[in-house]
Amino acid sequence: MKLEGLIGKKLGMTRVFDEEGNVIPVTVLQVGPCAVVQVKTVDKDGYNAVQLGFDPKKLTKCTFPMIGHFLKAGLDTGFYILREFKIEDPAEFKPGQYITLTDLPIEKGIKIDVTGTSKGRGFTGCIKRWNFSRQPMSHGAKKVHRKRGSSGANTFPGRVIKGKKMAGHYGNETVTIKNLTVVDIIPEKNLLLVKGAVPGWTNGYVMVYFK
Amino acid sequence: MLPVIKEVERRYLRDDLPKFNPGDTIRVHFRLKEGEEKERVQIFEGVVIRRRGSGVNATFTVRKISFGVGVERTFPFHSPRIEKIEIVRRGRVRRARLYYLRERFGKAARIKERFNDKIME
Repeated sequence: MKLEGLIGKKLGMTRVFDEEGNVIPVTVLQVGPCAVVQVKTVDKDGYNAVQLGFDPKKLTKCTFPMIGHFLKAGLDTGFYILREFKIEDPAEFKPGQYITLTDLPIEKGIKIDVTGTSKGRGFTGCIKRWNFSRQPMSHGAKKVHRKRGSSGANTFPGRVIKGKKMAGHYGNETVTIKNLTVVDIIPEKNLLLVKGAVPGWTNGYVMVYFK
Repeated sequence: MLPVIKEVERRYLRDDLPKFNPGDTIRVHFRLKEGEEKERVQIFEGVVIRRRGSGVNATFTVRKISFGVGVERTFPFHSPRIEKIEIVRRGRVRRARLYYLRERFGKAARIKERFNDKIME
């Protein structure tokens, strides 16, 4: 089965030992089971893809158009999150079918990409947002300790260049971490242990892309 | 912590090591890697001065006096590199962290032995 990726959920971090006794920091991800809600084909839609659903949601809580969409796939439940993933052969997938980690050719040691929404930090100064340096707290510094310093030259160009790093809204954006190593797979619980950190809060949704 | 994570951690825990407490004198057989594909077991014997953390995060610190210099070493409790742990002596202490031993030498750093203990089995 050739599938680009699956939808999952970040469950939190811990650490594990490898065979040599080295400590590895890992993120625990619940990946799947994902239901195929719709199969898109070149003939009908112009490209091959599957629409997967993850995290079951009561049909009574879905909107009417969504209920129709789920029932059409032969499902008896709705989903909180729907995402499309590229496929090569649409004949391998049927609407209503569930896909788990065991259906895919993954093993320990492979590299994956994980996409998620980073933690929202609100309106943030440029020290936190852009790693600027702080200014002196004493030695004559007055009222200016955590500001950005200069924002550009004088008469030429006579304006602040667009894209100048300044304070502003930080976080809550889509972030992809590439080439994370799979440390362990626990198929009976749909768990994936991934080396290192993954964007977002615990219980946040993530897309896991296999290569 | 989520129960799922505790369950994941449980797969990496060791239950073959004996129980010990701060104040006990233990001998830790620790596997070391020397260069490429060379391994040997080092024995570190001393007093347990603290245990901290839970799950896979748990560690313990052993203190010994080596050539007149105090040496402390912290081991991850569940590390696969620990070959075995021998308990040399059970000590009776009245606190969980024995940092006061750092300021004491020789006779003053003695710890009373504990007998007929429930944990001794």
